[in-house]
Amino acid sequence: MITVFRDLLRHDSRFRFATAFLSAVFVMILLSFISPYDPGKTFKVTTDMPPSFAHPFGTSSRGQDIFWWMTYAVRNSLFLGIMTAVISRVIAIFVGMTAGYSGGFIDRALMSVNDSFVVMPILPVLILLSFLIKGKMNLMTLSLILGLFGWPWDARLIRAQVLSLKERAFTRTAIYAGSGPFSVTMHEHLPFVLPVVFATTINNLLWSIGMEVTLSVLGLSDVTIPTIGTTIYWANQHQALVAGVWWWLAAPIVVAIVLFLGLYLLFSSINEYIDPRTRLRRIGG
Amino acid sequence: MPLLSVENLRACYKTEVYGISRQVRAVDDISFQLEPNEIYGVAGESSCGKTTLIKIISGNTKPPLCVEGGEVRYEFGEHSVDMLKIGEKEMRELVRWKEISYVMQGSMSVLNPVRKIIRTFEDIIQTHEGIPNRRVFSDRITAHVNKLGLPADVLWAYPHQLSGGMRQRVAIALATVFNPKLIIADEPTTALDVVVQRGVLQLLKEIQAESRNTVLFVTHDLTVHANVADRVAIMYAGRIVEEAPTETIFHSSRHPYTRHLIQSLPVIGDKTCKPGLGGTPPNLANPPSGCRFHPRCPEVLEICRTVAPPMTALNEKHRAACHLIKESGK
Amino acid sequence: MSETAKLLDVRQVSRFFHIGGLLNGTRIIAANGISFFLDADKPEIFTLAGESGSGKTTLSRLLLHDLDPSLGSVHFEGQDLASIKGRRAGMEFMKKVQPVFQNPFDTFSPLRRVEDYLYDTAINFGRARSRKDAVPVAEEALHLVGLSIEEVTKRYPHELSGGQIQRVSVARALIPKPKLIIADEPVSMVDASLRMAIVNLFKKLRDEQGVSVIYITHDLATAYYISNRIAVMLRGYVVEAGPVEAVLDRPLHPYTKLLKESVPKPAPEDRLSWAKRIGLSTTEVKDYGKVGCKFAARCPQAMDVCLTADPPDVAADGRQVKCYLYSTKAN
Repeated sequence: MITVFRDLLRHDSRFRFATAFLSAVFVMILLSFISPYDPGKTFKVTTDMPPSFAHPFGTSSRGQDIFWWMTYAVRNSLFLGIMTAVISRVIAIFVGMTAGYSGGFIDRALMSVNDSFVVMPILPVLILLSFLIKGKMNLMTLSLILGLFGWPWDARLIRAQVLSLKERAFTRTAIYAGSGPFSVTMHEHLPFVLPVVFATTINNLLWSIGMEVTLSVLGLSDVTIPTIGTTIYWANQHQALVAGVWWWLAAPIVVAIVLFLGLYLLFSSINEYIDPRTRLRRIGG
Repeated sequence: MPLLSVENLRACYKTEVYGISRQVRAVDDISFQLEPNEIYGVAGESSCGKTTLIKIISGNTKPPLCVEGGEVRYEFGEHSVDMLKIGEKEMRELVRWKEISYVMQGSMSVLNPVRKIIRTFEDIIQTHEGIPNRRVFSDRITAHVNKLGLPADVLWAYPHQLSGGMRQRVAIALATVFNPKLIIADEPTTALDVVVQRGVLQLLKEIQAESRNTVLFVTHDLTVHANVADRVAIMYAGRIVEEAPTETIFHSSRHPYTRHLIQSLPVIGDKTCKPGLGGTPPNLANPPSGCRFHPRCPEVLEICRTVAPPMTALNEKHRAACHLIKESGK
Repeated sequence: MSETAKLLDVRQVSRFFHIGGLLNGTRIIAANGISFFLDADKPEIFTLAGESGSGKTTLSRLLLHDLDPSLGSVHFEGQDLASIKGRRAGMEFMKKVQPVFQNPFDTFSPLRRVEDYLYDTAINFGRARSRKDAVPVAEEALHLVGLSIEEVTKRYPHELSGGQIQRVSVARALIPKPKLIIADEPVSMVDASLRMAIVNLFKKLRDEQGVSVIYITHDLATAYYISNRIAVMLRGYVVEAGPVEAVLDRPLHPYTKLLKESVPKPAPEDRLSWAKRIGLSTTEVKDYGKVGCKFAARCPQAMDVCLTADPPDVAADGRQVKCYLYSTKAN
């Protein structure tokens, strides 16, 4: 593991940038645990102060220190993104590999469900759902719902990969070695599927954080929970741009950019690293 | 006047990924000559360097392949070409397909699957010569194809409608459209059935006999060389270990590797036991010292482990690189 | 002869494939009325020889129970393969019949160590309880094929040569102690210098281990070298079958004669006769639809009757031929 880290750090400039960006994000997340300000309480500090030494990101019209608020915001947004990604990856891998390997009726049934989700318009449905369960919408619920919408594209991708892997001779070798379907899927096919999964994870993460921002800006999630999206919501509520409190909007946007870039570069470099073809070139094939 | 002179050619592949750099020496000090009006066979197994050799000879050296030394010179009568220095424009206008053409394994790499055969002919002639008159072009192609014994309606078919053997013969027709002086055939019949292979090779031989050009025929299958080639060079681990007229290779070869290859060929009618060769093919990233064949050689001497044997001329046409041979003719 | 005395009994097996759409497709008869059997007491190497489109790959899949026949049946040790249902019965069958595949570099996953397949086979077929116990089992199998565990341990497929991988493939097939190995073109993708080692290995399996081998190939020379009997296939039919010396030294069927003549011999002095111009077919699908003998279009000895119906199987000169030339009714 350490050697992997060291190899990537040394040779891949993307990974270096990614490490830099994500370290900054990680530090912010750690700081959130020692925040001197409780994000639930307002009007604790002087309002609308520009960035200074005491308040690195300035203060908001609600009397909150934006920097410490952002530490919570980043933590929550990332948590949401990761939960969504995990839930949807698990579903996508399960559905995609089962459909691909089984074929026949199971495949058709699963793909019908899959395609129904693909054609469903997500944003209107999410808006509807958030109206219905307003009040009970917290991060876990939101990530669950987003996870349930985020798997279909990737399931099809995975299924296509499995379909082609089924034709390879080594699948037959594994069958004649006595391996059952589960073992064949895990040991033979999954290593080829994982790079696809990684590539789509980043998409999924970015999509889910973006979705959350959209919903929050519209005021449809629990706006008392600090996230990147709710920060922008509050800033808009107080007409921050018109009032000249530009740092209130700049903070979440800059943080979002750093987060997105960091994640993208990280997964881009890891994805190339674990791609079977690069692995082969590394081992010496 | 030799058509092609290759002297002391050395080339390697350099790859660098995640800090691991590898250098694979694919062609190590190769020298040979091609004469006009002959079929020259190159035999060797996987990882012997023959594909690399073809790439260099046909002017197709792109990174990670890099040529480290040596000369590749052509004499095409009207002009001579230094393949290692030639520019892309000159290559396209004068040399490629007009003086040198290729027949590769897998005709599908030459034939565009979504275009009819005649369109592929059009593309090639348009690129290298231009088509001033459609009718003249059409007649010329039909005549060419008929001369090779192919029915004219092959031109109006899509590649997937033709059988494998027919596609390969179309590939040969494409390769001979400008009557080049050198045809490089790289495993042209390896994937074909034995009867079809016979038909395709017979066509190739007829073409060579009639136009009196040179064919560089590369395959690992020695029995094909026995029936097709005039001279054969045996390659091992990036070097030529023996070169001689075909009959000499098959009946009086001197290098242990050649002798083993010939002896282990199964023949219908012969059930005597033929032993396999031990060991494994060499790893070109880390080749054995001295003679590359020494770990597997049944007649290895002490000197073979440290000193690479020089190429010794046994007579005017036969040379081999082996320490077992004393100076000219033992 | 009693049922159980036959190791493998193929009875009038046919297999159809439908290509094209519902309305305008054609039916391809990949295997057509194939029958042969292997004795249980006499291990042998039986060659299925043919070119592409002959049906030999389809037949290999039928024998491995990958496909079911459309007509006829395949019996192994008296049991009809079609009656094998469920995982347990499938495993019992796989214990006795194992494959060796053509492409050494696709036989094992490039991302897994080759030895893992050996251990998996040992554990799954009950010859070892854990990975630790599986190591001596793997060692024994590797030793049988002439490899040592050191050469193989911790290696990925690309670190071994084609010949070594094929030998590991055979070793893996030997772990469940099978009675029959189906080898589908096992040496066609292996270098010439390593080929004879694998081919000799099959001989050793027959002579010393009592394992029968169905050797599928298009290379008549190696077929002659190791097999006891041979069946020559053309477009789904067996056109000639019998002891390999009889069939290949003195071929009767015109197609077998053509095949034998077309095999290039390592004798440069004989090259002129090999280079005689022969006719080749333009397209291949047309042949499938024809009535009568599938070789009639190219046969130098074709008669009118050859185009009317499938030729009968005739016993002649110690083997079986599917040809009107040898049928007493035509003469």
